[in-house]
Amino acid sequence: MTHSRSRGAGFRMSRRQLMAGIASISILASAGIPALAQDKPPTSEINTTGLAVTDDTVTVGILHSITGTMAISETGSVQAEKLAIEQINAMGGVLGRKIEYIQEDGASDWPTFAEKAKKLLVQDKVASVFGCWTSASRKAVLPVFEQYNGMLYYPTFYEGLEESPNVIYTGQEATQQIIAGIDWVAKEKGAKTFYLLGSDYIWPRTSNKIARKHIEKLGLEVVGEEYYPLGHTQFNSVINKIRLKKPDVIYAIVVGGSNVAFYKQLKAAGIDMTKEKPLLLTISVTEDEIRGIGGENIEGAYAAMKYFQSLDNENNKEFVSEFKKMWGDDMVIGDVTQAAYLGPWLWKAAVEKAGSFDIDKVREASPDIELDTAPEGYVKIHPNHHLWSKTRIGHAMPDGQYEVVYETEELMEPDPFPEGYQ
Amino acid sequence: MIGDYTYSEFFSILAMQGFAGLILFSVFVLMALGLAIIFGQMGVINMAHGEFMILGAYVTYLCSNFVSNYAPALFPIYFFVAMALAFLASFALGVLVEWAMIRHLYKRPLDTLLATWGLSLVLQQLYRSVFGAREVGVTLPDWLMGSVALTDIVEVPINGLFVMGLTLAITVAVYFIMFRSGWGKRVRAVMQNRIMAGAVGIDTRRVDRMTFGLGCGIAGIAGAAFTMIGSTGPTAGQLYIVDTFLVVVFGGAASLLGTIASAFTISQAQSTMEFFMSGSMAKVLTLLTVVIILMLRPQGLFTLKIRQ
Repeated sequence: MTHSRSRGAGFRMSRRQLMAGIASISILASAGIPALAQDKPPTSEINTTGLAVTDDTVTVGILHSITGTMAISETGSVQAEKLAIEQINAMGGVLGRKIEYIQEDGASDWPTFAEKAKKLLVQDKVASVFGCWTSASRKAVLPVFEQYNGMLYYPTFYEGLEESPNVIYTGQEATQQIIAGIDWVAKEKGAKTFYLLGSDYIWPRTSNKIARKHIEKLGLEVVGEEYYPLGHTQFNSVINKIRLKKPDVIYAIVVGGSNVAFYKQLKAAGIDMTKEKPLLLTISVTEDEIRGIGGENIEGAYAAMKYFQSLDNENNKEFVSEFKKMWGDDMVIGDVTQAAYLGPWLWKAAVEKAGSFDIDKVREASPDIELDTAPEGYVKIHPNHHLWSKTRIGHAMPDGQYEVVYETEELMEPDPFPEGYQ
Repeated sequence: MIGDYTYSEFFSILAMQGFAGLILFSVFVLMALGLAIIFGQMGVINMAHGEFMILGAYVTYLCSNFVSNYAPALFPIYFFVAMALAFLASFALGVLVEWAMIRHLYKRPLDTLLATWGLSLVLQQLYRSVFGAREVGVTLPDWLMGSVALTDIVEVPINGLFVMGLTLAITVAVYFIMFRSGWGKRVRAVMQNRIMAGAVGIDTRRVDRMTFGLGCGIAGIAGAAFTMIGSTGPTAGQLYIVDTFLVVVFGGAASLLGTIASAFTISQAQSTMEFFMSGSMAKVLTLLTVVIILMLRPQGLFTLKIRQ
């Protein structure tokens, strides 16, 4: 389904470009040759390193998994990036150049990601890449981007502990998500005890480490901490343990197919999350995941992240309606999808500030780039290449959407190497 | 007092953990039964077993959508219809696969391994193209999703009880089919001596085809049942396949009793250990134990004594 859709979009775009081309020819014919000389800077000035930039186009790369296990999660990001590119083109492109994209499939396989990244940078000479989802895929492509000096816009919320000159992290790093969430349950819900639970890999483990430090800093107690292999489908034992420890908060960072099993079994075991005894707080379940879990199975849970589809502001309403117009009414938009949407816009802003497509100049221009048209509201790039952003708490509704019950007053400063938390 | 807990708390937890172990046992048996039948009878290792299960899950998904749109009154009982349809769909696909692929490879067991693995990839991509890459949410009747409170602390999930009941019913049914029916007698005859069975007039090809279909059909029912506890997505079958093979190999390939005994051993070991340590560690220890036992006893727990 997604395949045919994305292909369709590609056709649509090229048709549009064709139309634009025809239009420009007719303008040219009527107004004479000098009409061409707009305020479009010559290619030789804005592209000194041999990137794929012509007088009319600039080529970028999209690198996500569209096959394999991760396709479930990464499809939304691809859709958001294509939407952003189409919108930018409709506004006239970047430095007068239409964006064209080359899409590669990482196929949920980390070496494939590295190989495709190299292909995009070395062979296609793309001016930037929007891609990756898991930390594993990002770690795999990182040496490639650093060696061949590319620029990657990475959309996923992740564990932090990284700050590459060749990556702009458009999702939140762990402290932004975790600290605000725990402060909120401690203050608003009077939570004293926490049970930490996660899938067994780097993101949940690092995140829970930060969570534990913060919980203990607040003088509260962690009564249990556990990890289950990725893809684990039987959670009855841990549910019994949770029942025995009676924590105020279940802090869950379960991912992928395990998520569905965990929430279904939690509900079946008679733990009604709407009663908030215990309360469930997660940082891993976006609206996208709820589609698989089923809204009725996660009703009453809380999630701490920076974006929810239900956010009530003009930018977001516009974004949601455009997204649905392009990809279908049944689409849901999660945190990462929105972060992926920011990528092309942030890149455009940086290129325009730098007045050049050159990677080094774009990098130099990136810090302090602001975007007040972001669906999540205002964002700004920090010198450490992460985004300043607000953190929100969503309350899961039976229809699979979150109701926003809290948002931080200030933008949270990204802190990928939090002192005292490692 | 035991540790921080009162006796009543302690025994409640013990009881609930016992239930958790039994539920896991039922899940394992349900997963492995179809594979064990195919493996035991035909010597075919069906790597696409997980995908047959997911076919059942998708059939359930379609049923739930259909019923909630066109006949909401029937929603509380649609699950039984869905399971029957899941069986039929997987059975039909199994028969088709046997006819188109497996029967050409009976003399080359390693090639069936490769061929069925290829089939699993094809099916995964097919599901992805038809249903989308994302997991689909299967809406279940409300009565299946609650729990029964026996005491203040002891609560037993209804879907767990349902899976237990279902497993029992299917196991009994398989027992009667295999050991009490004329057809089962023919299946066992073919298993013990294919040439001789052919010589006395048993259509061994037909027996093979039906056996493969039956194994796949049971996988379909298992998949339908697992929509209650797990996810339904193109690659969700892979989540079950490792445990399934573990149970079948550990039990002894050709023995249904062995499959049940091994499911019991592994599930109890795993759920007990999960209670005392982290889930990942429990899995590691379970696998280690299985490896050690298989080193000492490569044929598995039980074996059929057949004159070779």
